[in-house]
Amino acid sequence: MTSATPFLLPVLLVAGVWFVAVLDGALADRAAGYGSGARRALSRTGREAARLLVAQRRTTLAADGLLRWAGVLALIVAAVLAAGVVPLGWEAPADLSVGVVWFNAMEVVAWAAVWLVGWGPNSALSLTGGYRFVAQGLSYELPHMFAIITAALGAGSLRMSDIVDAQADVWFAVWMPAAFAAYLLSATAMAFWGPFDAPVGRDVAGGAAGELSGVDRLLFEGGRRLLLVAAAAVAVPLFLGGGHGPWLPAWAWVLVKTLAVLALLVWVRHRLPVLRMDRWSEVSWIVLLPLTMLQALAVALVVLARGGGGQ
Amino acid sequence: MILEAFLVVAAALFTIGLFGALTQQSIVMLMMGLELMINGIILATAAYWYFLAPAAADGQVIVVAVVTAMAIEMAMGFAVVTAIYRAKRIDMTDSATELEG
Amino acid sequence: MTLALFTALALLAIASGVLVFVVDSMARATFALLVSFLAVAAMVLLTDLLYLGAVIILMMIIEMVVMAVFMIMYMMNPAGLMPMSMFHNTRGAAVICGLLFAGLSAGIFLADWPERRGTRPEDPTLELGTALMEGHMLTMMTLGVTLFSTIVATVVLATGRGRYDRLGDRLDAGHPDDPAGGGVGR
Repeated sequence: MTSATPFLLPVLLVAGVWFVAVLDGALADRAAGYGSGARRALSRTGREAARLLVAQRRTTLAADGLLRWAGVLALIVAAVLAAGVVPLGWEAPADLSVGVVWFNAMEVVAWAAVWLVGWGPNSALSLTGGYRFVAQGLSYELPHMFAIITAALGAGSLRMSDIVDAQADVWFAVWMPAAFAAYLLSATAMAFWGPFDAPVGRDVAGGAAGELSGVDRLLFEGGRRLLLVAAAAVAVPLFLGGGHGPWLPAWAWVLVKTLAVLALLVWVRHRLPVLRMDRWSEVSWIVLLPLTMLQALAVALVVLARGGGGQ
Repeated sequence: MILEAFLVVAAALFTIGLFGALTQQSIVMLMMGLELMINGIILATAAYWYFLAPAAADGQVIVVAVVTAMAIEMAMGFAVVTAIYRAKRIDMTDSATELEG
Repeated sequence: MTLALFTALALLAIASGVLVFVVDSMARATFALLVSFLAVAAMVLLTDLLYLGAVIILMMIIEMVVMAVFMIMYMMNPAGLMPMSMFHNTRGAAVICGLLFAGLSAGIFLADWPERRGTRPEDPTLELGTALMEGHMLTMMTLGVTLFSTIVATVVLATGRGRYDRLGDRLDAGHPDDPAGGGVGR
């Protein structure tokens, strides 16, 4: 297991992306009235990928191809590196002693990536999408950080496997519900998914991704789902007890929990409307930020009362 | 890896940053020069901690202080640029001459 | 291996640092600066400072993305589609910088650096946290207060609308007059 994990990670991530795409497609089909065509959804992802692979790339006038390419690439690399600290079972491909900080740093790479993708084609609507994502990222970064750090605080460590160990008895989701909810919301915002996908919204003609075509589009859409998979996978060691659980081995629990979180996020996307940016931003600053701070304070008091404060 | 190599790289970054800060006309570009100078300082401080005094945390604390200084520099810089621009539509250092002696 | 990695990162940091002032496009200049920062962060990671390295990566990306927004806002030629010179006093600066670099290098190689004192701690992050919360508590508190006053000062400097614009000359408007609405029903 140990030596194979680094090679296993990309396979699992791609499988996760495929899961998201198929489930997303099936829900969209159901909403559009095609019935429960699971076969249709299964094959469509592959067909769409193949179509994008062979499609000719559109170009725009005076585009900055280098920056656009850098953005698309950075999105994928960041998502893979972010997922690298997630324990698959008990062991992570790279169990850094500052795992949660690393994960957050890699998520932030997505801001630069999406802004670059929006800037690249020299098109006003694309750039609008890029700016929207920067605004969204800035609004949701603080609640996101507080939610992550609350889990680290509960475990007294920044290392993912220590955080998992601290949840042997009680999951953090149970006694830090506000942090868990804030994490799910802000992680969705960081992956510009679901109700937060205004940066690639229809009202700006596809936003940051509007001018992408062919392989670029395939990589960008894949990278966006990779980021979502990574965010869902990190929720498992942070709040859902990692590999802890009865009957099944650890790796199976991690897999099941990750897929459950992913399914929830995909389902929510089809349940909630995309809200306007200014509304979401204010919710973050005025509701989520104080909430996560209070949650962190409560957890800190519990940790102190248990005598876990000083080393 | 040796201390001198780190310090030479840090000195090169600092000098390039200074060159940018001295030559750029645009206030925003001038700030990029300042950032590059601080970048060199971060590297030098980390190298001092690693090679000279790793037992004490003082080197790390200096890095934290430098990074904070960088954030403050940038926030205040952009606030001042915004204020000047709002008042006089100026974004070039050569035109902002209120404090000229 | 480490040496090769260090050399590559050092060259990358310096080359992208130079590119910042060479390229025409402001977006490219900003992200060249970001590459320089990331290379320095990677070198900090090489010195075992994992936490500080990760924090520098996190901070610098946010900072440079914000920088890019301001660049596009205030520069007359953000995409570099019209090449123009934005320099002044290049020769004087080159002399100053050349002398400075020569002086610094001379100092670096001539100085009698002391021997390494003590051994590296097992977990530098723990050491940093303990220092900030114990011995260097005052430093941390000063940083906190300074950051807070920076927030206040930047908002005061940068905002174009005060309370009289929002609430009327007598500050008695029931609803503030804001250009954009919010999501929590104000």
